[in-house]
Amino acid sequence: MSEGSPIVEFVSRIGARLVNGLAGFGRFWMFVLRTGRWLSTAVFLPRTWALVMPQCLEVGNRTVPVILVTGLFVGLVLAVQSFDQLNAAGLADRMGVLVNLSLVKELGPVLAGVMVAGRVGGALAAELGTMNVTEQLDALRVMGSDPVRYLVVPRFLACVLLTPVLTFYCDVMGALAGWFVAVVLKGVPSEPYWYYTADAVAGWDLMVGFSKSVVFGAAIGLIACYKGFHCRQGAEGVGRACTESFVAIFITILATDFFIATFAQGLYKAFYGFKPLI
Amino acid sequence: MTAQASPASSSEPIIRLDSVSKSFGALKVLRGVNLSLRQGETTVILGESGSGKSVLLKHIVALLRPDAGEVHLHGQRIDNLSERELVPLRAHFGFLFQNSALFDSFTVAQNVGFPLVEHAHKSRKEVEGIVRDKLRMVGLDGVQAKRPAELSGGQRKRVALARAIAMDPEVILYDEPTTGLDPPRADVINELIVKLRNEIGATGVVVTHDMTSAFKVADRIVMLYEGNLIFDGTAAEIKATPDQRVRRFIEGRATEEDLASLHDAMEDTRTDRAARMPER
Repeated sequence: MSEGSPIVEFVSRIGARLVNGLAGFGRFWMFVLRTGRWLSTAVFLPRTWALVMPQCLEVGNRTVPVILVTGLFVGLVLAVQSFDQLNAAGLADRMGVLVNLSLVKELGPVLAGVMVAGRVGGALAAELGTMNVTEQLDALRVMGSDPVRYLVVPRFLACVLLTPVLTFYCDVMGALAGWFVAVVLKGVPSEPYWYYTADAVAGWDLMVGFSKSVVFGAAIGLIACYKGFHCRQGAEGVGRACTESFVAIFITILATDFFIATFAQGLYKAFYGFKPLI
Repeated sequence: MTAQASPASSSEPIIRLDSVSKSFGALKVLRGVNLSLRQGETTVILGESGSGKSVLLKHIVALLRPDAGEVHLHGQRIDNLSERELVPLRAHFGFLFQNSALFDSFTVAQNVGFPLVEHAHKSRKEVEGIVRDKLRMVGLDGVQAKRPAELSGGQRKRVALARAIAMDPEVILYDEPTTGLDPPRADVINELIVKLRNEIGATGVVVTHDMTSAFKVADRIVMLYEGNLIFDGTAAEIKATPDQRVRRFIEGRATEEDLASLHDAMEDTRTDRAARMPER
């Protein structure tokens, strides 16, 4: 190439990385736009839903066991960790507030999202990546079927619909586990436990948690499918698509979690002012 | 069955590639290729591995877009159309992929019937009937319920061919149709390619290395070499061509450089082995 001076090479390598990164980012959003365009027409067609059902089985049914286990242990741990301090401060009957509010607002959506990402994100990227490298996507195109309409839209819909449902299962399981530790094991009286919980966990919190899970589901569907569609050739390409898919989804979940939480917090304060829980 | 070609269009090329160029990164695969394909003819595209034959084939159905140049179908430019606009045009084509590209999660019947279900909106009974006919054409009636993973490579290829012809397309593109098949099975495919041309007037484009197949099915042969077409003529003409690059290909002879490197590598191996042998 040019001079071969190490500084020039270094700068050009960084520049190339940046440009490729930007191009990839742009390509992803073109992909999202294309999915969105097909979605707007496909949702009204019964044959789309015929394709969604098997995906729901994959995304939903098969993930329920791991979601329940996640919810169980998160609930248990939250209760166990918080009991001693709260008890010492005379606030043991507020344990419900801590456990259930954390679950509904944060831990339920984020951990359920991560579990779905782990199970489904990698599998979707692998499935579509394999179809990509074996020319099955080209075969779909040449037979006049858009692979985005036929493959991505049903998977996206399944992820968006089921991540909130799985989050709900996670929350319920966690709530039961927390109750078990607090009331059954540690002897916190049941009535105040649930009374303070009902007082603290408002419809607003449930809605914020629910909105997060919808956004996470969308991120999982779109990123996993994108990575599969654009993977490099060969088994190595498919493998790399899987790991990149999971990492990208995970980071997206954490980042959007922060933004949604901050935004929701600000919105709540604007409408209702500050609400003390203790 | 009567041929689909109308008399007026028999001289007008059905597909035309004008100065098509394509690069992948720094690699220039096609450099200004000009190719016209006439209706009802089978054209064979020869070329070394990696010479861009599959890339050229994919340009014909706009699976790839050229960096420069144009692709025309029935006089209409297709390389600049959106995917949505291409949908009705792709109904004219059937494509047999190199590795069959069958859908793994579908049965054979669902694979072959896929274009019929998606586009022709036929009844279930009609689809079953057509699937059976096409599978019978490729000699595989009876495997409808199997999945691709349960079939041998040759069977997969034949199922893929049945799928490619399910809609009775005008133009059938074959990407290495006989690669990986034993000679008798390969001959069945060759017979099928010829039969499809004769009985339904299909225009065929065959990418292959298999010279037996090429000579059997071709009305016209072209050869790609380093991104350009260096030969365009009949089977008889190619057998008589003085161009050494073409002769070497059709006669199956290694190049001087490849033979020299092979010789050097063997020498090195021999000396290494001799050095490692214990004294006798």
